Amino acid sequence: MRKGSVLSAFFGVMRRDALSLWRRRADALNPIWFAAIVITLFPLALGPEAAKLARIAGGVIWVIVLLASLLSLDALFRADLEEGSLDLMLTSAQPLAVLAAAKILLHWLATGLPLVAITPIAATALGLSPKALPVLLTSLALGTPIISVIGACAAALTAGLRRAGMLLSLIVLPLVVPVLIFGAGAVEASLTGTSTTQPMLLLAAGLVASIALGPLVCAAALRLGNH
Amino acid sequence: MNAFLTWLTSFGSPEKFHRVALRFEPWLLGLAVATGVVGLYLGLVKGPADYLQGESARIMYIHIPAAWMSLFIYGFMAFAGFCALVWRFKVAELMAMAAAPIGAGFTAVTLITGSLWGRPTWGTYWVWDARLTSELVLLFLYFGVIGLYNAIEDPRKGARAASLLALIGLVNLPIIHFSVNWWNTLHQGNSINLFAGKSSIHPSMLWPLILMAFATKFWFGASLLARTRAALVEFESGKEWAQAVLFGPRRPQA
Amino acid sequence: MPDSLDDSGPMLAARGLAMVRQGEPIFGPLDLELRAGEVLLIEGGNGSGKTTLLRVLAGLLAPSEGRIERAGVESEDLIAPLGFLSHALGLRADLSPLEQLDFFACLHGLRPGISAMAALKSVGLEGFERMPVRRLSAGQRKRCALAGLLHTANTLWLLDEPYANLDRDGQILVDRLLEAHIARGGAALITSHGLIEPQVSRVRRMRMEMVDA
Repeated sequence: MRKGSVLSAFFGVMRRDALSLWRRRADALNPIWFAAIVITLFPLALGPEAAKLARIAGGVIWVIVLLASLLSLDALFRADLEEGSLDLMLTSAQPLAVLAAAKILLHWLATGLPLVAITPIAATALGLSPKALPVLLTSLALGTPIISVIGACAAALTAGLRRAGMLLSLIVLPLVVPVLIFGAGAVEASLTGTSTTQPMLLLAAGLVASIALGPLVCAAALRLGNH
Repeated sequence: MNAFLTWLTSFGSPEKFHRVALRFEPWLLGLAVATGVVGLYLGLVKGPADYLQGESARIMYIHIPAAWMSLFIYGFMAFAGFCALVWRFKVAELMAMAAAPIGAGFTAVTLITGSLWGRPTWGTYWVWDARLTSELVLLFLYFGVIGLYNAIEDPRKGARAASLLALIGLVNLPIIHFSVNWWNTLHQGNSINLFAGKSSIHPSMLWPLILMAFATKFWFGASLLARTRAALVEFESGKEWAQAVLFGPRRPQA
Repeated sequence: MPDSLDDSGPMLAARGLAMVRQGEPIFGPLDLELRAGEVLLIEGGNGSGKTTLLRVLAGLLAPSEGRIERAGVESEDLIAPLGFLSHALGLRADLSPLEQLDFFACLHGLRPGISAMAALKSVGLEGFERMPVRRLSAGQRKRCALAGLLHTANTLWLLDEPYANLDRDGQILVDRLLEAHIARGGAALITSHGLIEPQVSRVRRMRMEMVDA
């Protein structure tokens, strides 16, 4: 791969972020710890009654995954802005949307994917019906990348701010309402025996649209912060 | 399109905008009060009570126009934001940001009147009805735009960032609306709401509603112009025309 | 001081460039030209708008007035690619100089004929190639960023205070890098608050004054 090509820039950004993430792997695990703790809190708050927990397991896991994904968003562009490497990206000939796409993909690989991976354990712990588990996993696999895309756009808009955490949640949460509704709704539908095709297709459509548009919007937001 | 652009750019001069806005404001305010008073009189005093829901349904003369405005203003804000982003009009930036709190206000009115109406009808102040839930999400979208604008120190940068967020929200709005409706049918929610069965509305109820719809639009126009004007004067306080507006034609002695 | 020896157009030119922020003038309006094979030194005290000018020229900030041309073409986006050095050096604390250089090369392309190890050696970071940037001194970080310029293919450099934070040897190093760069047909625009005199064969200077409101 020739250095300085678009592809090498894409993988260069991914490799650099992955390296610095790996060197701070204790921080990188924060979303997982958060999810594990909150899942433990639910039975403690609601009581250990299996039927009750099983009834709400799908929705609870969806909400927790959503909140856990927000945790690492705050820092997504902060380092680039503060250390000045965003300037180096902007002064290179590479399209910023491609570089933003690399950052979004890495965010999903580092946050969304591990959360999907621990979902079977969480679902077992809360007693989710085994027949709903594949639906939950598929809906999360389709939905978490959308959360990463929308979250990255919001992170780009708030990148220059000192304390962006609360504002970031305020911006992201209403925008991801449809993802939560269709994701948790698909699990609910599979429990009540209705078809899950519609919410799944809608999630897939959302995923395609966010992959196509998200990096462009994210790049526009980053440029706004600079101009 | 070019004629439209020229027309927009002519508004782009802050001083000219200020002059034109100052002339239109009292008229809009007057029309808002006139249509509002007549509309409320027809709706609240003269019109018949709803044969199903009784007197409490009269709150719809505020609730429904406010709900229309909450969406209308979001659309307006996103459009002004679009103009601000594409053509970098300062006035468009300020207009988008001036519209946001007004829209949030109408959204809050919609939610409050909906909840007040819910008490006698549903027996509780809040149910997770599809329309009310959509309005609540809309309120959070407004808060996000206002919050982002206020958080960024440079007001022009803030306005452009918030405008982009408003545009993202506008794209998302139909999806949110659809998803909330889908969620409501999935969970078999309460189907009675303020808008139910209004397709064959009686003229005695339609007229006050139309008048109120106009009243809220006029009021929005007046309020928008006043807020934008104030923001412009604050923003350009160093310029001569703003000094003239603030202190009269003669500049104050340092 | 000869203005320019070659008859090709300027690599970078600005006409009537001015910046106003929240009603306060930051700099300008000013004109400038930068040709291949020369260093343009922008001198000015603190608050004279040097850093802002550099960011505007790099396309990182939109000017309030005026236009910028890169090789005769006016466009906001065509200004890139260029070698850019600012006070924030663009280094990530957890990465080693070697990894940094690789990242710069991925974005900006490789300069033929000089490996990352050789570039680091020539800026005096031999033996620090694999140490995280976090543990380097301010001067060493600056040297690492300079090695990045050396390692990547850009012909146009915009350097904000390249001499700051460097010892005497480091300042000589910057002179050497600039000399080699213009000898290759590159061009550099650098800023300085006037204490250090660049020892480069073809320097033109420009003075920026504080703009009164």
